[in-house]
Amino acid sequence: MPHAHDHDHDHDNDLDHMAARVRALEIILTQKGLVEPAAIDAIVDTYETKVGPRNGAKVVARAWCDPDYSNWLKQDATAAIASLGFTGRQGEHMQAVFNTEDTHNLVVCTLCSCYPWSVLGLPPVWYKAPAYRSRAVIDPRGVLEEFDVDLPAQTKIRVWDSTAELRYLVVPLRPKGTEGLSEEELAALVTRDSMIGTGLALEPYQP
Amino acid sequence: MNGPQDLGGQMGFGAVAPERDEPVFHAEWEKRALGVTLAAGAMGAWTIDESRHARECLHPADYYASSYYEIWIKALAVLLQRHGFVTADELAEGRALVEGARPKRTLKAADVAAVLAKGAPCDRPVSAPARFKAGDRVRTRNFHTEDHTRLPRYARGKLGVIEAVRGGFVFPDTNAHGKGENPQWVYTVVFEGHEIWGETSDPALTVSVDAWESYLEPA
Repeated sequence: MPHAHDHDHDHDNDLDHMAARVRALEIILTQKGLVEPAAIDAIVDTYETKVGPRNGAKVVARAWCDPDYSNWLKQDATAAIASLGFTGRQGEHMQAVFNTEDTHNLVVCTLCSCYPWSVLGLPPVWYKAPAYRSRAVIDPRGVLEEFDVDLPAQTKIRVWDSTAELRYLVVPLRPKGTEGLSEEELAALVTRDSMIGTGLALEPYQP
Repeated sequence: MNGPQDLGGQMGFGAVAPERDEPVFHAEWEKRALGVTLAAGAMGAWTIDESRHARECLHPADYYASSYYEIWIKALAVLLQRHGFVTADELAEGRALVEGARPKRTLKAADVAAVLAKGAPCDRPVSAPARFKAGDRVRTRNFHTEDHTRLPRYARGKLGVIEAVRGGFVFPDTNAHGKGENPQWVYTVVFEGHEIWGETSDPALTVSVDAWESYLEPA
């Protein structure tokens, strides 16, 4: 096979077990002509190097800078996001939800791990794990504290449980004091977590 | 089904513990697990709904003890056997032993970029008019099925308000079982926190789910 399965990193026995199990599965499927290892390489490369949260950050920065784009994003997020070149798997049906001074949005998939891959890439481990999936809907403020997000008690929290095929992108509030920044500089303030709702956009660097 | 996947409001799983500067993958095998799952799915033998149901049918003790990529791989082994592509003996021996089912298609490396960029939209036309409109009060049905469903337990039998009509989408409750796409209207339904969590709810909380029309009744 053209790819390397050398394991020069540290991991425990359980992961070795999974490494062996996945390798065996790939070998069987390859021998049977059901999967092509080079296709797997290409999938991995896509999500390691091409599709990730910088995509979503560009969408948010554009929305902050351009009211027409922001309106388009509200009305038809799938098309507005596609106009920046971000389409495809687990982003086929997008919705953008905008934080306001009154309301903070938080996205979860309590039933599996639905996540807007086309704009955020693959979900982090915590997003797919039981602690977040169980608590986001019942104790979002407690969850946010663990991300060092402390919202005023009167701030309303809206939790979006991604139970269907709509995928949600949170548009965080634009930080104050960013009037002079370029779209590119603004995008650098948009973290992955701020687009899930477990973070806020970064404050601009103050020398 | 009321399986291990239905986590909303469950307790005892501890802190979320986000990892700073988390890498995309934590081990080489996770990369192959992602790729082999997507490549096998691209054969077109099962739907995303069937694959989700295979994952939630893992024994709860197994589900909760597994990382998400482990869950994927365990469910993939089930799907491959169910559809005749591999046998239990092959999985045990780690090599191909018999011919097995042939796929409709296989994913070629040269096609990966186009296939991922296209995705698999699951919106479908629905001939009947939408039963509800934004602002309508609805109550979610209270049902318990061993089949696949996307109405979480915490949101069953609850009063909510339609916030948006999202369009027609494949109905996972039948599609997961090879019983057809049967598209229905999907709505975003918003619930007040206290409607779901009662007297201990955060007073400033609202929760929404995206619900297929047959999950809902007028209220």
